[in-house]
Amino acid sequence: METLEQIKTRAEAAVPGAKLAVVANGSAGNPDSLRVDSASAVAVARFLRDDSRLRLDYASNVTGVDWLEKRVSEVVLVKKVVDEVEQEFEQTVERVEPGYMEVVYHLYSMELQQGPVVLRLRTGNRTDDVRVPSLTPVYRGAELQEREVYDLYGIVFEGHPDLRRLLMWPEFLDHPMRRDYVEPDDYEYEPTPHGEVLTKAKGHFPR
Amino acid sequence: MVDFVHPNRSNLETENRRYRFQKAEREDSEGQGVLEISMGPQHPSTHGVFRMDVALDGETVVRLKPVFGYLHRNHEKIAEKTTYLSSMPYTDRLDYFCSMTNNWAYALAVEKLAGLTVPERAEYLRVILGELTRLQNHACLMGFLLQDLGAMGTPLMYAFREREKILDLFESLSGSRMMCNYMRFGGCRVDLPAGWLDQVRQVTGGFGPFLDEFEQLLTTNEILMARLQGVGVLPRELAIHASITGPVLRASGVNYDIRKVDHYGIYDRFEFRVPLGDHGDCYDRFMMRLLEMRESLRILEAAMRDLPEGPILDPKVKIRNFKPKPGEAYGRIEAPKGELGFYLISDGSANPYRYRIRPPSLINLTVLEDLCLGHKLADVVIILGSIDIVLGEVDR
Repeated sequence: METLEQIKTRAEAAVPGAKLAVVANGSAGNPDSLRVDSASAVAVARFLRDDSRLRLDYASNVTGVDWLEKRVSEVVLVKKVVDEVEQEFEQTVERVEPGYMEVVYHLYSMELQQGPVVLRLRTGNRTDDVRVPSLTPVYRGAELQEREVYDLYGIVFEGHPDLRRLLMWPEFLDHPMRRDYVEPDDYEYEPTPHGEVLTKAKGHFPR
Repeated sequence: MVDFVHPNRSNLETENRRYRFQKAEREDSEGQGVLEISMGPQHPSTHGVFRMDVALDGETVVRLKPVFGYLHRNHEKIAEKTTYLSSMPYTDRLDYFCSMTNNWAYALAVEKLAGLTVPERAEYLRVILGELTRLQNHACLMGFLLQDLGAMGTPLMYAFREREKILDLFESLSGSRMMCNYMRFGGCRVDLPAGWLDQVRQVTGGFGPFLDEFEQLLTTNEILMARLQGVGVLPRELAIHASITGPVLRASGVNYDIRKVDHYGIYDRFEFRVPLGDHGDCYDRFMMRLLEMRESLRILEAAMRDLPEGPILDPKVKIRNFKPKPGEAYGRIEAPKGELGFYLISDGSANPYRYRIRPPSLINLTVLEDLCLGHKLADVVIILGSIDIVLGEVDR
């Protein structure tokens, strides 16, 4: 099969305006992945499915990944004037990398028996910009799995035909697979709005 | 509407029925009377706690929505909070019919992630156990399908008799019939007990005649053919589009067996055929299992013949303080129900950052509504049975 770089070049040529990036995989021997911008994700997926050399007609695995915001401390050199002489000092600077969520698709080809190509979509942040386009119109096999990602991660798939919770009950408020999820103290009675339980639950669901 | 009924009245039956109808009947957008039924979750034909919201026009299905989650315990979250190895026994509980293949899929994904090698003997043991698992899963599926057809008990008990022999083998090897927890990253947990291979030969030797008997009794049975042929047809294009895997996919004529495509483990050393169906109906799905079992017997025979001596666990594998390098890996195998995959992301710590299971049972249910539309309610039970689901894996 073609390398990811080749696929990237051809996809960018086929889909005008598509922004793709190859994401390196730290684990040796395992495939790198291709990050697609939300606006052109459906068109790129359609290209990967229909292109005669790729024919990635089978979306095997669809899943979400939650990346919390990271505090990265870096050591930088700062120039300061001490006693009228310019000197370089080391200074630790803290930088906050914003958190985001990802949807990962593993695409294979049943016709040409090749693959995988790993496709990644990224949300803007973890709170209000959590919309990505649904690939269910291109791969129906993503239907239940995208519902599961919506349920457990709270990523909203635009264009999904039937976006409901899959595993948790409809009254449930939070998204349990998120990294910062806090279990309710009394989960048996969690959705029941009464008394002490409600007050307790409020502490967990500030929204 | 009747608020209460009088049990001694002679028209009790009609009053009761009218009451139920008034509650359930609703006007469709086309003005058509449709009866909504909630099938499950505690229904023997659902093979567990699974519910379907079915809308019926007379006896014909016009809408069907599966409802999941009754057995959901968020296995993935639990696995992300523990070490890699502590999830191994928990994978047994996914598809509790096939704990060996669940172990294998997880071990394979971790081995890919950490770059571990598996000794020759362990690879052979994995193949033997994987194929034994396939034998007992498929035998039981055929029994359950016959049970769903109305052949109460007998075929299922015949299948369970054979399954019990295989489970006895698992027990003498791993200490547990169903929750085997047998495989480890880079090999297997214990070596074979004395005389185990002879016991396997005895069981597989008797399995062929059992299949002959089953086939003779069932495959040309008039009722079975009438109920299964032409029911729940899954077209080839839809099967690929909806990511269907396993025998259900191959019954629709798509030649895709991960043992042949990926050659994971040592499957490239064995000679076996991949049975394919022509029609994609329930009968083809039924036959796929039967034919696959015969191929499994061939693989088993060859694997037991070639089983080498040697270590069963790579001595370089760290059991304690196991921390793979940051990165991600996706390992998948051909489990009896379809493609079982594990997607792991490591951040360099002792726990997986992301642990995802690709459940074949859940994804094969994507097309349940398409298969059932236009068929009778009684066929829904058979179609569901022919897809082969286990709720421990559907809901995780």
